[in-house]
Amino acid sequence: MPKHSWSGYLRKDGRKGIRNIILVIYTVECASFVAHQVALGEADVHVIGFPGCYDNAYAIRLMLSLATHPNVGACLAIGLGCEYTQPSRIASVVAESGRPSRWFYIQDSGGTRAGIEEGKAALNALREEMGKMTVSVSMDWSDLTIGAECGGSDGTSGLAGNPVVGKVFDALVDKGGAAIFEEVVEMIGLRDTLISRAATPQVARELDATYRKAERYCKDVRQYSVSPGNFAGGLTTIEEKSMGAFAKSGSRPIQGVLRVAQQPPAHGLWLLDSVPDGHFMQFGYTNPNDTEGIMDLVSAGAQIVLFVTGRGSVIGSAVAPLIKVTGNSVTYERMIEDMDFNASEVLSGIQSIDESASSLMDKIADVCSGSKSKPEALGHREYFLMYKHQNVPSLKSGCHA
Amino acid sequence: MTDEIGRNEKPSFQVDKADNVATMLSDAEAGDLILIRGGAAIMRLVALDGISLGHKVAIGEIPNGDFVVKYGVRIGIVTQSVKPGEWVHLHNCRSQVDERSSHLNYLSGAAQDTEYA
Repeated sequence: MPKHSWSGYLRKDGRKGIRNIILVIYTVECASFVAHQVALGEADVHVIGFPGCYDNAYAIRLMLSLATHPNVGACLAIGLGCEYTQPSRIASVVAESGRPSRWFYIQDSGGTRAGIEEGKAALNALREEMGKMTVSVSMDWSDLTIGAECGGSDGTSGLAGNPVVGKVFDALVDKGGAAIFEEVVEMIGLRDTLISRAATPQVARELDATYRKAERYCKDVRQYSVSPGNFAGGLTTIEEKSMGAFAKSGSRPIQGVLRVAQQPPAHGLWLLDSVPDGHFMQFGYTNPNDTEGIMDLVSAGAQIVLFVTGRGSVIGSAVAPLIKVTGNSVTYERMIEDMDFNASEVLSGIQSIDESASSLMDKIADVCSGSKSKPEALGHREYFLMYKHQNVPSLKSGCHA
Repeated sequence: MTDEIGRNEKPSFQVDKADNVATMLSDAEAGDLILIRGGAAIMRLVALDGISLGHKVAIGEIPNGDFVVKYGVRIGIVTQSVKPGEWVHLHNCRSQVDERSSHLNYLSGAAQDTEYA
């Protein structure tokens, strides 16, 4: 039986985190160097940022959801001074959530060196405030939102890695937690299978519309979500990859469809739709890389993300720890410093899928209790925020029955 | 027949009883005996090609134009007749939706339709 509870951090808005980090956010590429220098050498500081000078509603929602994430205790927003995105407004939203926040423009500070000094001073002040208001709280599985993503998939991902994560998702849902999967573009070919998992007829209509949008998108951009590495690993078609990828959703009913930066309104299993909606500028790729998908899951409030890889991947994540799972024994041995969990024993018959899922839950409970996942220990903090357009129907009217 | 893996037998897994392919759990060379588990009964057949871990081997005869079935669903269409023991991949199977994948290098998966000059 996996550990039942551990100590976490209670935020003033009621959310519970498994890490207590300060998030530095830059509001344009021009401020990114200073932001990274401010965070350099600070173990509890992560950086995210948006490169564009022209602001974008989607990117702002994404930044705000990360700035007020359960794992974030305080936030410092750094701007250059010319850009549309306003660091002062990010800091206000963070303050309204009950977290300490600061902001400044590098142009006002007086340049690179002065900006870094101002940032370092702000970090010290934030750390002190955060320390004073940190409240420890007992957490259990029902307090968790977990995301699942796969990347560098091969023929083992659909047989071992993803089914084991699917079993963990079933257990999490049964324990009252929230489970989120995405990559709708990796469900191409599975329309009927997807819809059959809907909790209600209303959700079935949502899933159908989400599927059709993804299918139209792939057709329009002439790119399906399958890469040279996937083919080299034995996957021959997007339909085959889809079946394997969908296995990580487990078997519980899907409660509804979330858009990026929306949190699930209730526990259970949720599908996150990161595919752009129609827009006059038509910008945005859907899943340009794995990190983008991980950021989307974190934006939904996932305190932890399970990442299934067959070929091997060396990414981590800002804000929420990433746990790397592989079903490929060769990859596990070759990249052992990066791999947290070996699901390949399911294939060699040493472990059943249930036994493997139970060990993975032990690993998750360890990481929730403060042990560093492999990517965390290596210092990985990848992030990716891009221009995109998504319509955001209200959750009440949109998808939750 | 025993379901123990014999020496020099290469294990593979059939996900669904309706599947006409199995996924290799280790590398096999042409001429190796492949042991297939997961189906209605344990099966053995001789590999006609070298097939790497994670790749698919045909379990039965698949006539040109027929569907490749894995996980019990149609994952592609064969573009030439395939014999039991043959490697099933980009060189003899295409997607029902994704046209670009039929133009990739079938060994490496590398794209060949983008110019770099």
